[in-house]
Amino acid sequence: MTAKVHLGRPEGLALLRDMLRIRRFEEACVALYQAEKIRGFLHLYDGEEAVSVGVMRALGPEDGIAATYREHGQAIARGIPMRPLMAEMLGKQEGCCRGRGGSMHIFDRATRFYGGNAIVGGGLPLALGVALADRMQGRKGVTACFFGEGAVDEGEFHETMNLASLWRLPVLFVCENNRYSMGTALERAEAETAIFRKAEGYRVSAEAVDGMDVVSVAVAARRAVERIRETGAPHFLECLTYRFRAHSMFDAQLYRNKEEVVAWRERDPIRRLRAWLEQAGYLHPDDMTRMEAEVDAEVADAIAFAEAGTLEPVENLERFVTMDEVPS
Amino acid sequence: MSGAIRMTYREACRQAIREAVLADPRVFLMGEDVGRYGGCYAVTKGLSAELGEDRILDTPLSESAFVGAGIGAAMAGMRPIVEVMTCNFSLLALDQILNNAATIPHMSGGQFAVPIVLRMATGAGRQLAAQHSHSLEGWFAHIPGLRILAPATVADARFMLAPALADPNPVLIFEHVMLYNMEGEIPAGLAGVDIAHAAVRRPGRDVTLVTYGGSLFKTLAAAEALAAEGIEAEVIDLRVLRPLDTAAIMASVARTRRVVIVDEGWRSGSLSAEIAMRIVEEAFFELDAPIRRVCSREVPIPYAAHLEQAALPQPEAIAAAARGLVRPA
Amino acid sequence: MTAFRMPSLGADMEDGTLVEWKIRPGEKVHRGDIVAVVETAKGAIEIEIFHDGVVAELLVAPGTKVPVGAVLARLDGAATTTPAAMREAVVVAAPVRPTPVLPQPPAAREAPARRRVTPAARQRTAALGIDLGGLRGTGVDGAICLADLPSPAAAPATRRGGFDPAAMRRAIAAAMGRSKREIPHYYLSQTVDMTGPLARIEALNRDRAPPDRLLPAALILHAVARAVAETPELNGFWEDGAFRQGDGVHVGWAVALRGGGLVAPAIRDADRLSPEALMAALRDIVARARGGGLRSSELTDATITVTSVGDRGAESVLPIIYPPQVAILGIGRIVERPWVVEGNVVPRRVAALTLAGDHRASDGHRGGLLLARIESKLQEAEVP
Repeated sequence: MTAKVHLGRPEGLALLRDMLRIRRFEEACVALYQAEKIRGFLHLYDGEEAVSVGVMRALGPEDGIAATYREHGQAIARGIPMRPLMAEMLGKQEGCCRGRGGSMHIFDRATRFYGGNAIVGGGLPLALGVALADRMQGRKGVTACFFGEGAVDEGEFHETMNLASLWRLPVLFVCENNRYSMGTALERAEAETAIFRKAEGYRVSAEAVDGMDVVSVAVAARRAVERIRETGAPHFLECLTYRFRAHSMFDAQLYRNKEEVVAWRERDPIRRLRAWLEQAGYLHPDDMTRMEAEVDAEVADAIAFAEAGTLEPVENLERFVTMDEVPS
Repeated sequence: MSGAIRMTYREACRQAIREAVLADPRVFLMGEDVGRYGGCYAVTKGLSAELGEDRILDTPLSESAFVGAGIGAAMAGMRPIVEVMTCNFSLLALDQILNNAATIPHMSGGQFAVPIVLRMATGAGRQLAAQHSHSLEGWFAHIPGLRILAPATVADARFMLAPALADPNPVLIFEHVMLYNMEGEIPAGLAGVDIAHAAVRRPGRDVTLVTYGGSLFKTLAAAEALAAEGIEAEVIDLRVLRPLDTAAIMASVARTRRVVIVDEGWRSGSLSAEIAMRIVEEAFFELDAPIRRVCSREVPIPYAAHLEQAALPQPEAIAAAARGLVRPA
Repeated sequence: MTAFRMPSLGADMEDGTLVEWKIRPGEKVHRGDIVAVVETAKGAIEIEIFHDGVVAELLVAPGTKVPVGAVLARLDGAATTTPAAMREAVVVAAPVRPTPVLPQPPAAREAPARRRVTPAARQRTAALGIDLGGLRGTGVDGAICLADLPSPAAAPATRRGGFDPAAMRRAIAAAMGRSKREIPHYYLSQTVDMTGPLARIEALNRDRAPPDRLLPAALILHAVARAVAETPELNGFWEDGAFRQGDGVHVGWAVALRGGGLVAPAIRDADRLSPEALMAALRDIVARARGGGLRSSELTDATITVTSVGDRGAESVLPIIYPPQVAILGIGRIVERPWVVEGNVVPRRVAALTLAGDHRASDGHRGGLLLARIESKLQEAEVP
């Protein structure tokens, strides 16, 4: 933990709580998945919590988000309530997308959350457009665009980097480099493994931070967002992170060894922040117990809400394929 | 004809864009060489100078990025017109069109609409060979969530854009390359068109010729030739390829009981196949003859003029198909 | 006691082979512990548990392949941090897989070597009862098209040339074949004492010239039509998977033709006609059916059919429904039989009324009501 950062108790506890909320929400998702209540793909964010929690802290309600298919963490960190999230996971009409999107396609108009995207790289051009619209309409928003390091192999990444830089669009590119694009290790996919250097080729200011350290991420993100607001130009933040669990649910993890996972678990962002807060005297034993109980209650409430939810009538199947008006 | 205005299809497209950008601050145009160059087909010549580079945006050769940016901007409150130079290049943006524009309204449970208009040139006839000459509108007409327009007349070129921009859904407009130089009249007093219905361009009682876009004038020429032989062909201009105005097709089939479908797309798995199947589903017992099709030959469109023309639907083939139904040998 | 089951790790996982237990009976486990290794189509996967508890028993031995949802172990529920709803979620029944539907045997094909007829021409010939024999096709590929048919303005001239018994046979074969393939028939019968009705007819006929006399058929039809009007569930059509009620009681009366075959032209709004009017209608349609000159609408309008075997037929008839109608009534020959009336066996003239109903559209209870209503109307003394 960098000593230079001044991190107060309320801020520290808030970061810890958000990471814990993501972790516990996803643990519940795994159980519901194995019980066949959640189906399809389920890509967990387990281990990467510090990235979205750190970045979202730097954003305000006027800012937009384009997310990935591993977006439960991004959604919770952004402040989308757990109830409609869990209902969406269960395919209920009380879900934020009325059961049409599922785990990989969380959208939320209220928080300017422009969707989880299950096409790797597919959200990058969208983020450009959101930023362009903000600028054209005189809004001051910054668009945070999340993607994994696998996305940088797609042409859309390069097209987007160039255009963002050329048009000086206010986008914060957040690369969640978890070292594996599905099962392909970074070294086996990239000629240049320092991802942020690719952005420099497009004259986008870029840096890498320790994505297992929420404070580092938060500090870097705050600095980046301030800078984007000031200059209007994009910035690239590579967060070095790791997913503790499988790519999706049905994955024997033949591509990495257990020692590697164990070593990264030692750097668990939740454990790390907790230890630091305890050391600094900010976190008392009963703080943690209370926080865990509150988070568990929130998750249990979301599950109960989702389980009690109802199914969209099949007569409505084709609703929203075309829209009658643009929602405002 | 007093009051009718004569102009080219190109000029009609230009006036439509100019009017739209002036009418609504949320509307802007972006695409490759739409600005200083004036558009690959000179549709946007002069607009950048008049309307400003912040409303007419030149983009790099990044179809996926600028089409996707248009989609994002539409989701965030703008009304973008995005020009893709030809529909052949739209394949580079197919991910954005299909996986984002067409799915997001439904996938988001109606939280986001995507009111974008994508314009692109389509079709053959300029000896541009196989990578610039294909007709891919039938592919896009396969996709739920999109509205697909094929303006064939100058009036439709002039007036389809405004309702397309007013549509809360993604609209793709396919402009046939052979039409840009065509002159036509906008009837006096015409101030707008709908983007829901097919049009009967010529009434007739003996056979229905269903077509759209660049094939309309070839089909009308065939109908003229047939009329000289005493065969009255009814020509339907689909105008809207998705959703299809099946009521108009069925009404005509009920009158004539014979159908030829003319489509510059390839025959296999084509829009013409879809139309024929709908007629079989909805008007089978009206048919007094098999359905016939005149489509492009199943080859990549070749460069040499005689080969290119041989690959495309021609008036003679259309007339022959109709004649074979009305007066079988 | 909580069940630990074979988890579903993906929609495409149907089963897994237990490779190894990482726990033993009596051992304490905590949420998140790896408790087993399971071999799947995608390789070996470590399985974690979502409860705290003590292992009570292991139910599956390593090496065993079990379906998703099968119970692998039981835990004594100690303290658990799992929310209640999630506990419920984990203890989920094994998925029920629907029984596969066997493909139906192909339906019998109709006669080969069909003539080419365009859909529009075929539609018109069917509606007008036109026989295709003798027509020359001038359409595409020699198909008979509309231009080859008599002009529609010429209808109701339905008969051109002679009656074609073979074509009639084919039409009956098609209709009856379809009926037996598609319609689940139920049958009911009721024997009705006709003594009273016949006595009334005889009284009425006493002063009438032979052409004006009523036949028992008219009286029975009079009762049937009014009873059907009160039982609309049996009056109409089964179309596109649903029942559509007829727009009136139009009774098709089966008429046997002299050359063989039969038609059942409709008497429209039969429930509003007097016995005399019905008698006239019966005479008219029988004459026209046998002489030619039925209108096409008469052949398609019937909402229910009655087949009466007449005075030389069998005692009872179990008829086949004419699709898309949903019921047909059979009237057997009137016969004299010993009958019990107020405890005494007496000779009576009786007739067997039978009903075939389409079980998709109605149930036997409704059918029984119709028969009871017919009987009651036949016995009404004031009519005619």
